[in-house]
Amino acid sequence: MFELLGIPPQALFGQVLLGLINGSFYAILSLGLAVIFGLLNIINFSHGAQYMMGAFVAWMCLTYLGINYWAALLLAPLIVGATGIAIERLLLKRIAHVDHLYGLLLTFGLALIIQGLFRNQYGSSGLPYQIPAELRGGVNLGFMFLPWYRGWVVVASLIVCLATWFLIEKTRLGAYLRAATENPTLTQAFGINVPLLVTLTYGFGVALAGFAGVLAAPIYSVNPNMGADLIIVVFAVVVIGGMGSILGAIVTGFSLGLIEGLTKVFYPEASATVIFIIMVLVLLVRPAGLFGRAA
Amino acid sequence: MLTEAAPSPATKADTGPMLEVRGLEAWYGESHVLHGIDFDVRAGEVVTLLGRNGAGKTTTLKSIMGVIGKRKGSVVLEGTETIGLPSRAIARLGMGYVPEERGIYASLSVEENLMLPPKVRDGGLSVEDIFTLFPNIKERLKSQGTKLSGGEQQMLAIGRILRTGAHFLLLDEPTEGLAPVIIDQIGATIRKLKQDGYTIILVEQNFRFAATVADRHYVVEQGKVIDMIPNDQLDANIDKLHGYLGV
Repeated sequence: MFELLGIPPQALFGQVLLGLINGSFYAILSLGLAVIFGLLNIINFSHGAQYMMGAFVAWMCLTYLGINYWAALLLAPLIVGATGIAIERLLLKRIAHVDHLYGLLLTFGLALIIQGLFRNQYGSSGLPYQIPAELRGGVNLGFMFLPWYRGWVVVASLIVCLATWFLIEKTRLGAYLRAATENPTLTQAFGINVPLLVTLTYGFGVALAGFAGVLAAPIYSVNPNMGADLIIVVFAVVVIGGMGSILGAIVTGFSLGLIEGLTKVFYPEASATVIFIIMVLVLLVRPAGLFGRAA
Repeated sequence: MLTEAAPSPATKADTGPMLEVRGLEAWYGESHVLHGIDFDVRAGEVVTLLGRNGAGKTTTLKSIMGVIGKRKGSVVLEGTETIGLPSRAIARLGMGYVPEERGIYASLSVEENLMLPPKVRDGGLSVEDIFTLFPNIKERLKSQGTKLSGGEQQMLAIGRILRTGAHFLLLDEPTEGLAPVIIDQIGATIRKLKQDGYTIILVEQNFRFAATVADRHYVVEQGKVIDMIPNDQLDANIDKLHGYLGV
């Protein structure tokens, strides 16, 4: 078997695939955070808990109601998004006029409450969720083995990210969203219902987290802490991409997943910290992030 | 066309004021800025709000449009009290707002800026009509909105409101910072809009420009309307006006 830079291709491409899968979750989650931050100016600290809720809703659908993975992939984001809409209407709306730091604190508190409730009910050892029958097994590409489900995660993530980008950058609704992000007062004075847009945006961002949670359920065990473990890395991705930047969230999410995967191959000791090292460097050189606009 | 579905000024004028502002007060945070503004605008009229910097002219427009934190008093547009309405509902009544800083969105292209405000009623200009009125816009449709010159941005700001069918326009200092040739073009546009039945409140520092387009001038000082000068009596009152404006 040939080697690349002294590394067997199976190991190299295996880590590239793992990196792409992590990158898929980073991209969807940071995209949701970016959409929410852009319009609400809130750093949604409960995003990790909402990702976890997506996985749990999929698990509950299957365990209690016999609803399969494919239906859960549609249903769970809707349910988690609806809880997001309730949170925005009942809580975030009330503090919209005060400093946005309060929004961060509120969503941080919410994350702790949500995680605590799930931990209390389901423990923290994790619950299994089977890969759907259609996506079991994989294909040997010669240089690596590609499990179907992992390939599906990357493809689904790409489709959702590109569809979200298209929605925001190329449609009338997206123009409303960008206008309201830039100047909500004037946008409202044009007859556009900005408070409704804010509510739907938060719901959509949260639904993206829920979608990522369903994708993650068969890969990782469904665990109350699964979001908390991931969200710190996702925040680093958002900072590197540029707060509120849609394209930045997508490109940076996938790229950092890949870089993390390659670091595991070439210098495994740094794999857990490489993203944070990049974050520090980006903040020093370009504080607004790679794709962000300076204030 | 500009003339289609526009109300006849003479007909509407007979039915009383189109806009009645009574005892309008407004605040920026703790700062009390308007202290009881009273004035009327009849359908088809162009009236200006003149006054020194900080007199409350822009705040009056913002208060009528509902884009200010706290306001009270009464603003009745065609029989509908708007003081308790959010600005989006006021826009839906047919009021179009062009802010002082023009409000062109940097994150939107010229075309997206133009198409952004939803139609609030029938009778708005078609995109082709707007291109006829402001040919420069057509050539720059794919550019970023804020890459336009100041004059082009002003044309875009006015054009996008005319698309919506709004028939009562609030224009805040549309000539500010523009070259004389562009000011002439804006003036010609306002006269054309007046001819076609639009009702306009114009905030202006430049009363010489205002005199070329307006029917009446309200003078605002320290958050109150202190005088009204019909345009045909402007020459006779020019010394008084200079005194008001500190010219």
